[in-house]
Amino acid sequence: MRNTPPETTPFFARDRAWHPPALTPGYKTSILRSPQRALISLEGTRSEITGPVFGHNILGEFDNDLIVNYAKPGEMAIGERILVHGRVLDERGRGVAGALVEFWQANAGGRYRHKKESYLAALDPNFGGFGRTITDEEGNYVFRTIRPGAYPWPNGVNDWRPAHIHFSVFGHGFAQRLITQMYFEGDPMIWICPIVKTIPDEDAVKGLIAALDMNNNIPHDMRAYKFDIVLRGRRSTLFENRKEGN
Amino acid sequence: MAQSLNYLKESASQTAGPYVHIGCTPNFAGITGVYEDDLGSGPMATEKTRGERITIRGFVYDGTGTALKDAVIEIWQADADGLYNSPSETRGAADPNFFGWARCPGDMATGEFVFETIKPGRVPFRDGRPMAPHVSFWIVARGINIGLNTRMYFSDEDAANAEDPILSRIEHRMRVPTLIGKREGDTVRFDIHLQGENETVFFDV
Repeated sequence: MRNTPPETTPFFARDRAWHPPALTPGYKTSILRSPQRALISLEGTRSEITGPVFGHNILGEFDNDLIVNYAKPGEMAIGERILVHGRVLDERGRGVAGALVEFWQANAGGRYRHKKESYLAALDPNFGGFGRTITDEEGNYVFRTIRPGAYPWPNGVNDWRPAHIHFSVFGHGFAQRLITQMYFEGDPMIWICPIVKTIPDEDAVKGLIAALDMNNNIPHDMRAYKFDIVLRGRRSTLFENRKEGN
Repeated sequence: MAQSLNYLKESASQTAGPYVHIGCTPNFAGITGVYEDDLGSGPMATEKTRGERITIRGFVYDGTGTALKDAVIEIWQADADGLYNSPSETRGAADPNFFGWARCPGDMATGEFVFETIKPGRVPFRDGRPMAPHVSFWIVARGINIGLNTRMYFSDEDAANAEDPILSRIEHRMRVPTLIGKREGDTVRFDIHLQGENETVFFDV
């Protein structure tokens, strides 16, 4: 690990107007699952400033390769081959090293490998639809997958999810814990999706759209999408509000 | 005009959705052969872990009182001495046999979550006053747009709870019991209500 001092300061307050509110009636399931009372403010104590950090020993060789990690030997998942890469940063623009990033997605036909999934699109016998990796010293991550398909879902009678990849990210503090979704540049489905529309700020949505990154294509193999993830930043200095002399 | 602060904005949260298990607990979802174990599954304490063994059990209820069957719950807690197993812990080394973090999906038939852990020690608040023993919870599910943070305190810690700086700031005292896990022998029952008369206190951490 880098020879840097421990991160012991509290996080910047979360901008709740930037994130989706709990209650978003256009996304029907939120109606009965949204707390209705005000959140109680809890400025970072040690319980929020600290958090689990994972070692590379949890990773398998193909954990970041969804094209082969569920496939039979010698076979591959079907679909448009893509490479997804980017950095995990904090709000101060610094790379977050050693961040565990988990991802899951539908297959090329828009079908998830899940017991409760009933969409009629076919399962791909060589595609599990999930993986994970840990960022390097600069906060970089990369994985290989196929581009997921769009799919219909039971909300409105004709609601469809745009192609997306789910991300679960751990920083270094439990208060940084984040789950979000990555969308694809140029997809007209993004702006009509009830789940995307839970986000009130257009710029916040743009922050979830991965850019086609032709410079990082692997020629004759796969195209690249770049997706940076920003976690909460920490205050730069620690001055506690205790009485002088204490 | 002034200099730019050049801060980035946190990536906006999106719901974990109904298929969160695929990414976070694939073996639980029946997708085996990729990860040996689901991350954060199984008992949190080994034979060598210091501290009193407890089992935390509970449900997450929606506004009709129906238990969610697709939630994923994560917990984070200190060891028996009140130290966190984290690089940001500066007071000393935590119990090397206690990681302090776990993840449990609600049972697909009943919705119940279960954590086999130890009772944490007391951790100081920012001004040095001891907080009462507590476990931090993070709840995600379909229909939850941004993960919900709460804490579980312990019903057998009346004195410590009474002086806890977080519990004592809750204006509506009738809501405090929503944060108290009920101790019944080695089991601590902690149900989470997303809405309704007994809506759990959630925190903006």
